[in-house]
Formats: sequence, C-alpha cells, structure tokens
Amino acid sequence: MEKIVIIGNGISGVTCARHIRKNSNKEILIISGETEYFFSRTALMYVFMGHMRFEDIKPYEDWFWKKNKIDLMFDFVEAIDTDTNTLTLKSGQTVNYDKLVLAVGSKPNKFGWKGQDLKGVTGLYAYQDLQEIERYADNTNNAVIVGGGLIGVEFAEMMLSRGISVTFLVRESKFWGNVLPEEDAKLIANHIKSHHVNLKFNTELDEIIDDGQGKVKGVKTNTGEIIDCEIVGLTAGVSPNITFIKSSKIEVDRGVKVNRYFETNIKGVYAIGDCAQLDENINGRRSIEQVWYTGRIMGETLAQTICGNPLKYNPGPWFNSAKFFDIEYQTYGWVSANPNPNEKRFYWKHSDSLKAMHFVWDKHTDEFIGVNTFGIRLRHELFDKWLKEKASISTVMSNLNIANFDPELFKHYEVDIIQQFNHKTGKNIVLSHKKWWQKLIQF
Amino acid sequence: MINYSIVGPKAQKLNVIQKIGLIISGLGVSIILLTWAGMTVTQKSLWLTVTILSLIIGIIIYTYGTYKHKSAGVKNDGVFFRSLTNRGVMGWIVAVVLTVFYVFLYWYPEHLGLGTNGQPNTGLVGLFDPLSLLLKGQVASQWFVYGTIYTILILSLGIKFLVKYRHNRYHFIRTLVVICSQLILAYLLPEILEGFSNPDHYFAKDLKYFWPLNYYFFDNWHLENMTEHGGALGMFYFIWGMFMFLVLTPLLTYWVGKRWYCSWVCGCGGLAETAGDSFRHLSNKKLWVWKLERWIIHIIMVLVFIMTIATLYGYFTEKSTFLGLDIYTVFKQPYGFLIGAMFSGVVGVGFYPILGNRVWCRFGCPLAGYMGIIQRFKSRFRITTNGGQCISCGNCSTYCEQGIDVRAYAQKGKNVVRASCVGCGVCATVCPRGVLKLENGPEENRFGSDDVIVLGNDGFKVKE
Ligand SMILES: Cc1cc2nc3c(=O)[nH]c(=O)nc-3n(C[C@H](O)[C@H](O)[C@H](O)COP(=O)(O)OP(=O)(O)OC[C@H]3O[C@@H](n4cnc5c(N)ncnc54)[C@H](O)[C@@H]3O)c2cc1C
Ligand code: SF4
Ligand code: SF4
Repeated sequence: MEKIVIIGNGISGVTCARHIRKNSNKEILIISGETEYFFSRTALMYVFMGHMRFEDIKPYEDWFWKKNKIDLMFDFVEAIDTDTNTLTLKSGQTVNYDKLVLAVGSKPNKFGWKGQDLKGVTGLYAYQDLQEIERYADNTNNAVIVGGGLIGVEFAEMMLSRGISVTFLVRESKFWGNVLPEEDAKLIANHIKSHHVNLKFNTELDEIIDDGQGKVKGVKTNTGEIIDCEIVGLTAGVSPNITFIKSSKIEVDRGVKVNRYFETNIKGVYAIGDCAQLDENINGRRSIEQVWYTGRIMGETLAQTICGNPLKYNPGPWFNSAKFFDIEYQTYGWVSANPNPNEKRFYWKHSDSLKAMHFVWDKHTDEFIGVNTFGIRLRHELFDKWLKEKASISTVMSNLNIANFDPELFKHYEVDIIQQFNHKTGKNIVLSHKKWWQKLIQF
Repeated sequence: MINYSIVGPKAQKLNVIQKIGLIISGLGVSIILLTWAGMTVTQKSLWLTVTILSLIIGIIIYTYGTYKHKSAGVKNDGVFFRSLTNRGVMGWIVAVVLTVFYVFLYWYPEHLGLGTNGQPNTGLVGLFDPLSLLLKGQVASQWFVYGTIYTILILSLGIKFLVKYRHNRYHFIRTLVVICSQLILAYLLPEILEGFSNPDHYFAKDLKYFWPLNYYFFDNWHLENMTEHGGALGMFYFIWGMFMFLVLTPLLTYWVGKRWYCSWVCGCGGLAETAGDSFRHLSNKKLWVWKLERWIIHIIMVLVFIMTIATLYGYFTEKSTFLGLDIYTVFKQPYGFLIGAMFSGVVGVGFYPILGNRVWCRFGCPLAGYMGIIQRFKSRFRITTNGGQCISCGNCSTYCEQGIDVRAYAQKGKNVVRASCVGCGVCATVCPRGVLKLENGPEENRFGSDDVIVLGNDGFKVKE
C-alpha cells in the first residue's frame, strides 16, 4: 500500500489527510512537532482570553484519528532526503515515504531587530507562543505590538482582556494599509482607538531594550521615543517556514515552489498551505496566500491528485474574513487598497461608525469586482455565484437585501445604501422584492 | 478537572459598582437562607419587600458595573477562568445549595416553613405569605415561594442578559418575550386566577405549560378538576391544553422550529437562557454524549406516553390496574419522582454550574423530544452555514448550551439541522466570522447544498 507522509498537522495537512482517507485506503502518516493533535490556529486568542479551553479549539476529538486510520507522530522533521525517500526526525528516528506532502506553515517575521530574542518578545503563531505570552502576562502592565495587521489586532484584544495597556506601532500611515482602502482603514483605526489602544502610525520599532536579565523592559521607536513594556508582540506578517527544507534538493524561493498540481521539482513531493509558493498567477491571486481557507482548498485539491484524480488548483473567487474587536469584516472579490484606473467605487458608512460597505465595479462594463463589508454579514454563496458569473453591480445592489446574512430581527440598511448609491452614481437601482434568497441561487 | 481555588486561576477583579451590587443582592439571598434555616420574621411584608427588591436591584447594579465600560459585542472574557463558571469551588457551592433546596422543596417542604395540619407558615414559606395573600388571597405554599423566586431570577438575570447582548436584536426581543411570558403567563395570571378558583380543585393555569411537559395533565384528579369542578375556565384550559399539544405545537414547530417554545416562552428554557446563561459552555460536546442524549430523551418520551395511556385507561375504565400493574405505584409515582422531580428539578437546575444550563431540556424534556422529532424531519427551520467562511475556531460549539458540535457542520459548509437545537441563536452570535444564521425557509435544500460546497476549488465538487 502506498504510504503518504504529511509534514505538518495544520489545516492544509489535515484536510489533505482527511480527503485522502475519504477517497482511498492508502497509509497516511502525519508528522508534526508543535502539538500532538490538530488545533485551530485562528482560535489561539480565545484560549488566552478565557473564551475557550485549549481542548475546545481542537476541531476533532482525539479518537478521530485512530478511527480514520490516520497515524500521527509528534516529532520534528530535521532533514529530507529525496533520493532515498527518507526523513530524519529530531528524535533520531527515520521515516520512509512513497509520497511526501509539505504542509509546514509559516513563522512570524523578525527583521533582525536588536533584542528580538529577549524573553517576553514573541510572535503569535504557535501554541508555544501562547505559552510564552501566558508566562509573562500576569506580571505585565504594558505591551507593545509591532505591525498593523490582523494578528496584531488579535494580540491587542488579548492583552486588553487581561487589563494590559497596549501601544500599537504601525509603520504605515494607515491601518492594514496594504489591504484596506483609506475609508475602511480609518474606520478600523478609530474603532481600535475607541478600545483605548494607543495606536501610533508612521512609527517603527528601532530596538527592544533588555532589562539586564535577558528580559524585555521596553522598546525604542524610530522617533527615539522609549516605551516601557513587559511584553512585545511581533506581528509584522509571517513567511513560509522553509529553513529545514533548504538543505534538501527541494526547490525553494520565498516558499516551496509548486505548480498548479502542488508538485515540487521532485517527483512525489508536494507542498500546500502557507508554505507553498505557486509558480503562476491565478486570477490575480498572490503566489503565497497565508490564510486558513487557501490551506483548506489546497488540501482538498491535492488529495484528489494523490488519489489518482489529477486536479489542477483553481481557487474560486477570493474571500476572507476577520474581526476587529467588535466589528466583523468580510470580503468577496477584490477590493484593493488603492483603486485601479478601470474601477468605480461606492462607500457607505452608518452613523455609528460600526457598519460600512465598500463596493467596487468596472466603470466600463459595470462588472462587479468586489465588496468589503463591516458589521453587516453577507452571503458567501451568493457573492461567489455573482463573481463567477461576472454579474453587474446593478444585480448586486438590487439584491442586497437577499444577500444580507445578519441574524433575524436585525435592522436592515439596504434602503439607505441603495438611496445613497443611486444618488452618487446616478443609477436607478430598485431593491428586489424576492423574499427567499434560494429562489435566486439555483445550483 | 476541578479547580479548587475560590477565585479561579485568574482572579476576576470586581469594581466598586459590582461589589455594591453583590452586597445588595447578597442581602436578599441572606434573608432567604436565614428564613430557610428556620428564622421567622415578624414584619413579613417589610422583609419580603426588602428581599425581592434587593435581589432585583442588586443584580441590576452588578450588571451595570459589569458592562458599563464594555463596548457592545461578544464579551466572554475570562469565562473559563472563573471559579463560578468553570466548575470551581464557587460553582460547586452553588450547585450543592440549589440541589439541597430542591430536595427540601419536593420532599421536605415543612423544613422550608410550610405549615402542616392547619399550622401557620413559618420561615421561608411564611416570609412569602403577604405576597400570596395579595395575589390570590391564600397563604403561601412552597410552590408559591418557588415560583416567585424563579420569576425574580428570570426577570433580573434576564435584564443582565439584555444588557450583555444589547448589540443583538434577536436576543433582545427574544429575551423580552421570555421574561414577559414567565412574569405574566406563568406567574401573575395563574396566581391571580387561582384566587378566583376553588383551592380544593387545583389545575395548572399556566397557558404554556401543557402535556407532556406537564405530565399530570391527564391524571384523573387534574382532568376532573378541569372538566368537572373548573367551570368555564377549567373547560377552557382543558381544550387549550389539547389544542396546544395537537395543533399549535406541530404547526409552529414546522414553521419556525422548536425555538418558538424552548427559547421564547418556556419557563424551563427561560430560566436556562437567563439565569443559566453563565453556564451554557459547560454542556458536553462529545459524540458519545450525543448518543446518550438520544437514548435518554426518547426513552423518557416513551415513558410519558406509556404512563399517560395507563392513566387514561384507568380514568375511562375506572380500574386501578393496567395490564395487571398498579397504575399509581408502577406508572405515575415513579415517573413523577424520577422525571418530574429528580430530573427536571434537582438535576436540571441544581446542576447548572456542573453540567450546564440545559440538562433537562437536552436529555429529559418529553415535549422537547416531541418537537425535536418534528424539527429534525419536518420543519422549515435550519441554521444556515455561510459558504466556506468557517475557521473552525470552536466558539459556536463551546457556547451551544445543547452540546451540539455546530463546528462539525459549519467547517464542512453544511447546515445544522438537529433535533435538539433550541434556536437560542448564541452560536450565531459568538461566531467571529459571521458563519451561522438561524432561518426558516423551504424544506428543500434545508440541509445545505449536498454536492456543492464553496470551500473552494472550482474544478470539482466535494461530497461530504
Ligand atoms: C493568530 C492567527 C490568526 C489567524 N487568523 C486567521 C483568520 O482569521 N482567517 C484566516 O484565513 N487565516 C488566519 N490565520 C492564518 C491561518 O491560520 C494559516 O494560514 C493556516 O493556519 C496555515 O495552515 P497550514 O496548514 O499551512 O500551516 P500551519 O497551521 O502552520 O501548520 C504547520 C504545522 O507544521 C508543523 N511543522 C513545521 N515544520 C515542521 C517540521 N519540520 N517537522 C514537523 N512539524 C513541522 C508546525 O509546527 C505546524 O504545526 C491566522 C493565523 C494566526 C497565527
Ligand atoms: S445550535 Fe445554536 S441555536 Fe441551536 S441550541 Fe446550539 S447554540 Fe442555540
Ligand atoms: S464559531 Fe463560526 S468560525 Fe468558529 S467554528 Fe463556529 S462557525 Fe466556524
């Protein structure tokens, strides 16, 4: 029987294993060194905040793996020999494989700052990072977070939940500036500030100051300001975790280089998830996508290929979501930080500054390009369909009430949105009266 | 895993307002405990007023202190760090006190101060005499005391719930309804009507308390009190009870799911949603518990059917045995003791801080079992999963009071259609990615698209 070895028990490796099991009887072994069982990385913050226990963020009960004949090994792979199909583990053991899947994820970026390895300085990626934060949290009054993105906000929320004050250093002049358009960035920045976070734009970390005992006691910024703190959160992005792969014959660039079948330069070796770098551009998507959903799609897709049904990676329209304190955010399609020349945009904001929507479409063809929504939930399936069908902005706007996914009895804002939209664009959209959304999406 | 520290591993620092709230409500609790212990107060009206007001006002002040500085949104910080809400010492103390209270209530009411053999009430029951006299012109019984405290808890902790979930209109409206149905339908109206009826011929006057939850509905004495001694009112309650069970319940459950009852009007559900909200995450999510649940709840449902058939058989044939077995000692008494008292009261509420707030509703309630079957097989209700947006975080499963592993459905892109879901809507509220929506719609497709899942790859369809 063919033996598939997967390195990494994150969402991509585990999804791949599950789908291989569904489609075949192959021997499956997952080797992973972080935790014994798969957990949801995206939920680490909730464990720290006391919303859940660690066991609650494991999506499958521990018996699941044995029952589905997925073998687990709790160890680190140190070397890969692709000539003999052998892995050498940290424990000294060796493991052979017929096919190898690299699903080794990312690691937090550290840019060679002075003091970046002091105690109390940590990223927020691994289970071990959480333990590190926990170790110092009780004796911490101030924390400094470096890098304005999604994980930074989560870090800030974690700190505040334990009564720790937060200073947030952002290099750019706006929040999550390489992703969010101006208006959206401002909305989120104001919301973060309303939670008493000291948000500093145009500020970079210069160095982290040692208290003399190998622990952090403060940071110095590029403006020369010194901020006292006991925890420093480094959340300036992540990059593929490929150090241990570099010594093998597998070709790497920023990540492990793969084609649309996730094949590396070595036959029988594949890479998926955060660590994979695609060699071609698909529908404007980035070559490395460090998101949960991408890892899951890749895992499913590769499982088909491995089970004898070669399948080209062809991700559907882009979507993503996040939560900034109390504001939920969803995005479908492309809403780039800076408008492209062919685009038209419409931005709506509620007076409470907790809800907003940002629409993008093509000014020549009226084709809908994307939407950012804040504080109002939208139906994924409907937007997926519209994006695939290249629906027009008029279709989207006139069916906005049907696309709403907020809980029942919630207030609706579509009438106001459409009114402003018509006013701004000179169009004459009328809200659809179809009550039931499913009538519309007939798969 | 028991956490032995009183304050929990991460002490929750109470602010001044919270402390004031706790002290004030502590006053009411103390009066209740002292009178329970046998202290008889002289100025009953005064002390009763103090008790009730201090409970309500204290809890409201505590709520204000808790949420004053917090923005509207999901606020579950520290839930698993606190002794009361994470099965620590506080949780166990509350569980033991509640359990002992239930045991006294059901089997030793005289130790709560109920006057027997024509003696006047003393202690705790005596304390509530003035209110009982005011509402229905009779002295209090232990059930009146229980109903009053129950209603106060739903009212005051319901207000806390309203404030906690003030960003969510579904919860706001639902909780207002649940508070009103307890206060008016289950408490004030029946107690006042009681005053106009013959106390020797009691029958249940709570409009939303019907068979099989009300398991004595078809008992001889109850039927007779309604139909023979109850006059027009009794007749109305008899017809209403039948109508609720046979017509309205299946109809509404088909239309909106069992939530119309379980988390909008039911008294047990009302207490679970309000007073029990702090314990909802303690329900067990393991697969084997789900299997156990299906056995227990359906066995109880069958038992109540059998018991009722035996009772009705006895009623119409005027025999005291059914299939050669004594109807009272073999059918009615064991059910009343084991299910009516032990399960719904002692375990159902007493164990809130240990097993979660919906133990009775999940494992025991025959009405929930009946509606559950309708909800699972013939209903327009479902929880829709929003395409592929789930990040498998587990908030939904953790905060599902019914122990449903919501995540198991959501992460596959499938809709949640489960007999036990009471439609509280909390899973959808705590989901940080907007993945879940309770809704009613056509029956076709309610399980979610079976072949297509927008997890991603356009090139193939995933079958789960
Ligand atoms: C705090 C946080 C919040 C996030 N929130 C979101 C979100 O809301 N939405 C979203 O889309 N994405 C989110 N992400 C990103 C998302 O979690 C990742 O994209 C995803 O987890 C990547 O999955 P993966 O399977 O590729 O890798 P990983 O989950 O990183 O799994 C790789 C595993 O392999 C192990 N491993 C690595 N090297 C070796 C070795 N040599 N030997 C053995 N084992 C090894 C690692 O220890 C790790 O356990 C978040 C990430 C973080 C850190
Ligand atoms: S599934 Fe959701 S709505 Fe249903 S009982 Fe659980 S938390 Fe409540
Ligand atoms: S809370 Fe939402 S994102 Fe988290 S597991 Fe449940 S459905 Fe998925």
